[in-house]
Amino acid sequence: MSEYTLKLSGLEPLIVTEESNFINVGERTNVTGSRKFLRLIKEENYEEAIDVARDQVEGGAQIIDINMDEGMLDGVECMVKFLNLIAAEPDIARVPIMIDSSKWEIIEAGLRCIQGKGVVNSISLKEGEELFKSQAKKIKMYGAAVIVMAFDEVGQADSYERRVDICKRSYDILVNEVGFYPGDIIFDPNIFPVATGMEEHNNNALDFFNATKWIRENLPGAHVSGGVSNVSFSFRGNNVVREAMHAAFLYHGIQHGMTMGIVNPTMLEVYDEVDKELMEYVEDVLLNRRPDATERLLEYAETVKGEAKEKKVDLEWRNQEVGKRIAHALVKGITEFIDEDVEEARQQFDAPLEVIEGPLMDGMNIVGDLFGSGKMFLPQVVKSARVMKKAVAYLTPYIEAEKGAGNSRGKILLATVKGDVHDIGKNIVGVVLGCNNFEVIDMGVMVPADQILKRAQEENADIIGLSGLITPSLDEMVHVAKEMERLNLNTPLLIGGATTSRVHTAVKIDPHFNADQTIHVLDASRSVTVAEKLLGKDKDAFVSDLRGEYEKLREHHLKNRKRKEFLTLEDATKNKFQIDWENFEASKPKNLGARSLLNFDLKILREYIDWTPFFMTWELAGKYPNILEDEVVGVEAKKLFEDANRLLDQIIEEKWLTANARFGVWPANTINENDIEIYSDETKSEVVNIQHCLRQQTKKSAKAFNMSLADFVAPKESGKSDYVGGFVVTTGLGIEKKLAEFEADHDDYHSIMLKALADRLAEAFAEYLHEYVRKDYWGYAVDESLSNEELIKESYKGIRPAPGYPACPDHTEKIGLFEMLNATDITGVSLTETLAMMPAASVSGWYFANPESKYFGIQKIKEDQVKSIAERKGKTEEEMKRWLSSLLD
Amino acid sequence: MKADIRKELEKRILVLDGAMGTMIQQYGLQEEDFRKGCFEDHTSDLKGNNDLLSMTRPEIIKEIHAKYFEAGADIVETNTFSGTSIAQEDYDLAKSAYDINYHGAKIAKEVADEFTAKEPNKPRFVAGSIGPTNRTLSISPDVNDPGFRAVTFEEMVGAYKEQVKGLIDGGSDLLLVETIFDTLNAKAALFAIDEVQQELGTELPIMVSGTITDASGRTLSGQTTEAFLISISHIPILSVGLNCALGASELRPYLQVLDQKSDFFVSAHPNAGLPNEFGEYDETPEMMADQIEDFLKENLVNIVGGCCGTTPEHIREIADVAAKYSPRKIKELAD
Repeated sequence: MSEYTLKLSGLEPLIVTEESNFINVGERTNVTGSRKFLRLIKEENYEEAIDVARDQVEGGAQIIDINMDEGMLDGVECMVKFLNLIAAEPDIARVPIMIDSSKWEIIEAGLRCIQGKGVVNSISLKEGEELFKSQAKKIKMYGAAVIVMAFDEVGQADSYERRVDICKRSYDILVNEVGFYPGDIIFDPNIFPVATGMEEHNNNALDFFNATKWIRENLPGAHVSGGVSNVSFSFRGNNVVREAMHAAFLYHGIQHGMTMGIVNPTMLEVYDEVDKELMEYVEDVLLNRRPDATERLLEYAETVKGEAKEKKVDLEWRNQEVGKRIAHALVKGITEFIDEDVEEARQQFDAPLEVIEGPLMDGMNIVGDLFGSGKMFLPQVVKSARVMKKAVAYLTPYIEAEKGAGNSRGKILLATVKGDVHDIGKNIVGVVLGCNNFEVIDMGVMVPADQILKRAQEENADIIGLSGLITPSLDEMVHVAKEMERLNLNTPLLIGGATTSRVHTAVKIDPHFNADQTIHVLDASRSVTVAEKLLGKDKDAFVSDLRGEYEKLREHHLKNRKRKEFLTLEDATKNKFQIDWENFEASKPKNLGARSLLNFDLKILREYIDWTPFFMTWELAGKYPNILEDEVVGVEAKKLFEDANRLLDQIIEEKWLTANARFGVWPANTINENDIEIYSDETKSEVVNIQHCLRQQTKKSAKAFNMSLADFVAPKESGKSDYVGGFVVTTGLGIEKKLAEFEADHDDYHSIMLKALADRLAEAFAEYLHEYVRKDYWGYAVDESLSNEELIKESYKGIRPAPGYPACPDHTEKIGLFEMLNATDITGVSLTETLAMMPAASVSGWYFANPESKYFGIQKIKEDQVKSIAERKGKTEEEMKRWLSSLLD
Repeated sequence: MKADIRKELEKRILVLDGAMGTMIQQYGLQEEDFRKGCFEDHTSDLKGNNDLLSMTRPEIIKEIHAKYFEAGADIVETNTFSGTSIAQEDYDLAKSAYDINYHGAKIAKEVADEFTAKEPNKPRFVAGSIGPTNRTLSISPDVNDPGFRAVTFEEMVGAYKEQVKGLIDGGSDLLLVETIFDTLNAKAALFAIDEVQQELGTELPIMVSGTITDASGRTLSGQTTEAFLISISHIPILSVGLNCALGASELRPYLQVLDQKSDFFVSAHPNAGLPNEFGEYDETPEMMADQIEDFLKENLVNIVGGCCGTTPEHIREIADVAAKYSPRKIKELAD
């Protein structure tokens, strides 16, 4: 018996002891789980949304889970609004709140709204120990219990051992290092679907049960929770089976020590009332009691749906014509006759390929429709795919004989995006496409954008498909699309995965990618049709239809969307960041004008490298230098670090890379509040450049300002002297030759390593130069003495924002900066058409010395500012709109 | 050497002081008393902003503290109940929040030190008083817009941090978050205390005292006593208790809850009864001490004192009664 008790509160207490019954967490107030709730929130119909919460509490939920993680919602705003509203409803507020989000900012915003002791759902070691600890500390300060997912830097725990290891590690950190009260720790050891048709999922439920038991016996005070409906994911649409599965899962979960769970009470059958035969099949599956458990449950599932009446082997279908027989075999997953049927079809058609394009594809389309409408389950689709694969394998020798080798219908590259590990859906898409004779390159999970695009280019992929299940993946997909646009990659982009949607694709992704077409694909079986159309002769018509459709969705969305509150540029400018210019005296620079550092010593820069991002590049999570001793990735990290340093020795010794910098400091004043006029000398008679600064335009709370970089420089009318600086550095000169050598050698490892190191050196150069400017060239911080660590933490006075980054997202500002410094001629860094710097290992930016200057993000702006910027720059509004599109909604 | 209040609490029942406002009223102060030397040119009226007197008429506040110590109080509260920038905004004095708290603590500490020096075996303590402010984080001030809030958690934390810093810098021995009618306000105060103590590296013991508004037994923001207790238990506090709103006899059932459910020391500083039709508190020192004796007989509390309407006379009676009883032991809570 544990000495710790989990105590929660709303207006009333909820105390969970060993004797407590299972705690039922209401799940309907979750936009990712309830379409209705999502719709109500989107429509801002909070009155009915509150009723959803009330119904749950009246229906017996002892805690209510609230989740606002939807790509199209402002999660923070919705969470705060909803929590504030239900605080005024005593019949709801009496129970504790579970704040459910994958975004920390939403969790924290929620914690700031609840007077009782709630539960955070969830945190994990996914992004490393440091973040985990700091979040846990905060949760402790806010006074909440916490759900910890069995998830670490490597991924989600999917075996008994990983569940136990991660939970133990998390527990030890929380209890021993953070001082978290053990009774306030609740583990979610991941409930995964069973009966998926994939053998590796057979032990999913059993592993969960056993891990639960282990946690309850070995981690004193800790509780176990989980999202129960996941387990029956394969049987979407068949509530009889799902309800039975939930009942059985809960029964066994509780037996093993599960104390609470997120359950939809309307999707829960009473354990004893489940038909005995069904329960036996269900338990066979959950407890992995026999190899054919899935098959047997599937078979039974069909009977309770009342669809498949042919209990005995009915060969009636064999009398139909061949096309129908093939379709039947595909839908039912029967491989027995497929070879003879395909052979018969082959003789009827002119070319073997036509068999695939004709009857086989027709059959797969039926499968797709059935799956899409919830009439077929995942394992059945996998079986259909198996039939398809067999058919294609039979035909392949004929196709090759006819057309020679390599007769793929197209190359499709698939990846689950960075930060996401869910890949069931993507694997299915791979199987389905593969057996439709597409060549599939599966890059696996957690793949960063640059790797996807690099591979797509290397392989000359015909289509790129992105998958993801968790909400943050949506942002990553947008990022990939933007990167594709930047590289002008004219490859269609498929978007799929549980949280993706047509609307999100149309509104958030499609507009960023114009080089080709973005398409949302609802499910695996539809991917074939889509791929076919995209690679077929009717692509243009298909794409143009799609564009029209997406345009309509966007218009609709725009109409529905509640306007975020924005200020006009004029009003935003009135709320600018205030500096007391009257009492201001600028630190007079020791030097004015521009200077160069050419062929700079890489040995010096080496000392300024920030290694943490280097490891991030290699998907090793953790802060340097601790990462070298990390339990999980330490060994790999050390190896990588040694290799990197070896290569760095060589780079420096053999002078592979040339480091050049150009920088300067000039007199400057802000004019018209938003522009910075930069002068050739103190007489201010000649203007060498005007830096046009964007200003934040979203409406701020009472004490916050609408920031612009222009606020950090003394206005001309103050009569005060002030200054700004600028710089361009590169360490990428000479890299191409070495990269080519590595690539000729098929040495990817060193090719990536070299690029990563060049990037680090460029950042190091920027850091070094900034320090030199602060302490010497400008000399406003002569006495500064900061370690490299402190430099990385930006502990210095003044800032060096870079054009294209949050404080000045306008890339076109680079043009003036480069001209002013004559940077291209002197350093060899040029700007591409899209204003990217070449070579890539380059950094440019501005220097601001005012002690009150700080980094911030411009975020979204409005058309009036675009218009103003265009006028000030003497460019057309159209052009500026293009450059600033990501800032416009 | 600094006295350890935990050790004192194991030895005896400690006595908290009584009302500050009731005492100040007796001095019949005028507008100029509230301005003297510090706010002479301030544009808005300051009369009634009692917290300012620690700066403008410190000798009066010190005299009141001394009267309570003489009456037998072990702990006096600083004159800072409304010392947040949020509460001071009503007087356009948000900018003076730190000073109010710093001086409030400093003068209380001077008086406490004098008494401790005279009577070393009865060390006296200063509790930095942290009031609820005049806004609520859980309740909308606008009945037509229940989702609206007049203040944010972050703003509240910012204001409390400033107050706490002033109280600690001024020399408080303890911090007392009191008259909690909205638990979320108290959580913001505790969050602020936690942050400030981490920053300053201090570990001042924290007293928390809620307010049950009426016979429903709930706080204004709707929590039961036990829910309130659970909601503030994440920080290792010294004591939890109840004050204000009700008289001693009405408080008893809720103190029983705290006694049974909490593993902290328990405090109570009720009003001198319920206000009469003129808004005055008319329980005599003897009546109040009688009721508090009931708490003591039942062994419900470790710290007793008075809130609205109580005077040094009340505290003297209470201290005399408290001396007769041994302190409540912190319970080893059953599972």
